Amino acid sequence: MRFSDAARPELADPRERRTRRQAAEDARARQAAATGELPDWEPLRESGAAIRERTLRELGTHLETLETAVAEEGGRVHWARDANEARRIITGLLPADADAALVRSDVTDELGLEGAEPGPHTKAAVVGAGFLVAETGTLVVTGRGEGLSIPGTLVVVAGIEDIVPDWTDLEVLLQLLARAGAGLPLHPAVATRTGEFELVLVDNGRTKVLADPVGREALRCVHCSACSDVCPVFERTGPRPYGPGRAGPIGAVLTPQVRGVEVSLGASLPFASTLCGACADVCPVKIDIPGLLVHLRGRVVDARRRRPVPNPELLLMRGLAWSMGDERRYEQTVVRRARWARLLVRDGRIRRLPGLLGKWTDARDLPAPPRRSFRAWWRRRG
Amino acid sequence: MLTASEGRGAHVRIAVFVTCLGDALFPSTGRAIVRLLEHLGHEVTFEAAQTCCGQLHWTTGYHQEATALAHRFAGIFRDHEVVVTPSASCAAMVRTAYPRMDPGLAGLRVHELSELLVDVLGVTDVGASYPHRVTYQPTCHSLRALGLGDRPLRLLRAVRGLELAELPGAAECCGFGGAFAVKNADTSVAIVADKIARIHETGADVVCATDDACLTHVGGALSRLRSGVRAVHLAEILASGLGPPEGAGITADTAAAADGAAGRAGAGEGTPRPDAS
Repeated sequence: MRFSDAARPELADPRERRTRRQAAEDARARQAAATGELPDWEPLRESGAAIRERTLRELGTHLETLETAVAEEGGRVHWARDANEARRIITGLLPADADAALVRSDVTDELGLEGAEPGPHTKAAVVGAGFLVAETGTLVVTGRGEGLSIPGTLVVVAGIEDIVPDWTDLEVLLQLLARAGAGLPLHPAVATRTGEFELVLVDNGRTKVLADPVGREALRCVHCSACSDVCPVFERTGPRPYGPGRAGPIGAVLTPQVRGVEVSLGASLPFASTLCGACADVCPVKIDIPGLLVHLRGRVVDARRRRPVPNPELLLMRGLAWSMGDERRYEQTVVRRARWARLLVRDGRIRRLPGLLGKWTDARDLPAPPRRSFRAWWRRRG
Repeated sequence: MLTASEGRGAHVRIAVFVTCLGDALFPSTGRAIVRLLEHLGHEVTFEAAQTCCGQLHWTTGYHQEATALAHRFAGIFRDHEVVVTPSASCAAMVRTAYPRMDPGLAGLRVHELSELLVDVLGVTDVGASYPHRVTYQPTCHSLRALGLGDRPLRLLRAVRGLELAELPGAAECCGFGGAFAVKNADTSVAIVADKIARIHETGADVVCATDDACLTHVGGALSRLRSGVRAVHLAEILASGLGPPEGAGITADTAAAADGAAGRAGAGEGTPRPDAS
């Protein structure tokens, strides 16, 4: 489903919109306070970005180090190519007779995992990882660590990119995550566990993202949700129109890469942004989300160019570029369109346009085109 | 590039890039820039070959077309020392997107109007008068890509008779976003509806910005709602009620232009952004 269609019912819910608006305002205020009070916030972001870039560049090495470290501590690593395989592996690891508790994360949401809250009678738990420290094979979760100390089976689920080379790097990322995400100087609790767990590492499209030298920057994400908190689009639509993957601006750059830019959701998500840049300003690891969105828009259009029959937008944009390629052609286009548009003027304004621009005049007027363009005025001025 | 101290008081030759939208739909903005800069004693030139910087194609994903337009733009403006544009997003396009298309396009300098006035020409009081309550919406590109900061506000504060009302949540996007306004029209309108509520809170008669594209969106919604609040480009405010040009007698042309601005600024104009030609 296209983002624009999925957004419509969300926009029509005033209660949800009020709630989201309040939540966004609160989160923005917390975030601004937590990042503003730190004089070294910018250098910290720089090091966070550098750590994530380096980690992604050497991902294969770090994953091997992690696998060795986990095995040395008595744990096991399982590799899942896609969501189906991940779910199959997880089901196979859990005892058949007990319900498993679930500690959610973006990855467990991505896999559609369900389960109860961990409690005193928990015999098995599935825990979405915050980070995995490669050098020691340690699981890190930001929270009280429910499920980590259970006596039974512990299944840890993580994306292949949720990895940190060592504890020095982890310290930097935890600071960034706390301030940008929770709006706190530090997470109230961070729990760790080393070894003796079943670790399921999920690809599910991530290697496709890594294959795009520009788009791969999106995998720097440390799951703080700061970009969603400041996004004017997300504030109005909420998470649902972003589809089954990640929501908000980061979802708009990840989902099209994972699911492809040919399907309707993947083709529409890169356009679900005003490119206002607020997300790039707050991202703790400096992901250039607007730049990635523009890059992915290019991929969407390139995929359309390969179709045998061009769509109306492609024809319009090609035609416009052709006329803009020469000032005489451009002036002719302007004169013709203005003459035509003036026929639509009522009461000094245009209230209805046909075709693609009808979406504009659904809710906004357009001014009447001027009798003389700037260049015509300049010529007469002599 | 000229520094402020070199620009102040000196006669500067300035090439104006009016933008494709400005040429076709908002020539009054370009005329205001000409009037303003000539009033300040500078020379304005217009390269007739100019069309579009390529922003629309670039941000909509038509990167081949955008790159061709960028090279064309560079060929036209490369040899001009000072170039000014009334669009913060077009200035940002040249500065931030061009080097991504082609490293050979890096270093091309286009000033947004308030940058030119404050940084290059060293003026904040241009001598304008505009007796209205005005609120200023910093567009996203002016704020984040160019970092205009308070330059437009300093210029507005120096305008005689202008009462500046602070816009709550000013840093939030108006919901325009180029193709977004059409491809996600419902969300775009939902965002501008909230922006308009904020504009109404200020009690302003006029909402001002440094980009006709965003103003078309905000102004178009204000007009549809018959709100009475008008969207006016910064250039038009700064070119309002100017006296005779510095160091020159008044000419028929500048007098007529000044009349046009006064008429447009006057109350009782029901039509937003009317053509003052």
